[in-house]
Amino acid sequence: MTFLEFIFYVLATIASISALMMISVKNPVKAALWLVLSFIATAGVWLTAQAEFLGLVLILVYVGALMVLFLFVVMMLDINVSQIKEKFASYLPIGILTSIAVFIILYMVVGPGHFGLEKYLPPEPFSAGYSNTEALAIPLYTEHAYAFILAAVLLLVGIVAAITLTLRRQSTTMVLYQDIDKQVKTNAKDRFKMVKMDAVVEHDIPKVEEDK
Amino acid sequence: MIALSDYLIFGAVLFTISMAGIFLNRKNIIILLMSIELLLLAVNTNFVAFSYYLNDVTGQIFVFFILTVAAAEAAIGLAIIVLVFRNRKSINVDDLDSLKG
Repeated sequence: MTFLEFIFYVLATIASISALMMISVKNPVKAALWLVLSFIATAGVWLTAQAEFLGLVLILVYVGALMVLFLFVVMMLDINVSQIKEKFASYLPIGILTSIAVFIILYMVVGPGHFGLEKYLPPEPFSAGYSNTEALAIPLYTEHAYAFILAAVLLLVGIVAAITLTLRRQSTTMVLYQDIDKQVKTNAKDRFKMVKMDAVVEHDIPKVEEDK
Repeated sequence: MIALSDYLIFGAVLFTISMAGIFLNRKNIIILLMSIELLLLAVNTNFVAFSYYLNDVTGQIFVFFILTVAAAEAAIGLAIIVLVFRNRKSINVDDLDSLKG
């Protein structure tokens, strides 16, 4: 067993065990923390497959941003833990049975019979000057540029949706909101009125004595 | 040497565990969302492994886009959960039966 293999098995075991803990703990905060451990171990597994950029992105984006968002929501909501776990045991046998059946099917498809070492040899390790980020970036900005722009639009839609959903309309504050119906129905007559009036002088203009 | 099947079986294990999580935690929406994240991660592991063994970087680009979609999906899902909690004072799945489905 080589050192790389040893690392792979250790990380895979950590990821699987923490995933098991994630689905079995009662407290959602603990579940989120176990999921963080699982993500970090999986990022290590990706590093052994020489996907350095994605491994680091997984830690930065998932662990750094997404799981913090999860923790924030979990801690903000007041969740009744005892009520949630009432029927946990009743689903246990059928859940485990289905999962084992699915795993056996998956093993028969992706197991060593089809994808073992004698079928697919690992590729040669890249040279020291190889940059995974560069190899990923060049096709991303050339071949897949449209998909990249589409992903940006998708993120924008996500921002708009999240803000619109959670925006709270408060009539007590001095914030002015848009009312589209009213805005569309207005005429120029309603909002602009011509008034004829005499000029009013509020202050007397001091007379300037001209030098003679 | 790590075989391709090792990566694929690791992905299958993660996939199975998160699927079991969806079956077992049907009452807790937040753990359901977390299980979906783990499900996507298992699929991404397959993409990364195939990209490595077939020497084709397109698989990793696909993972990049899946990560983007998953982030947007999780953000909207959490926003919906916050909204439900604000209206119903509970996120227990059994309480959310006003559609009478």
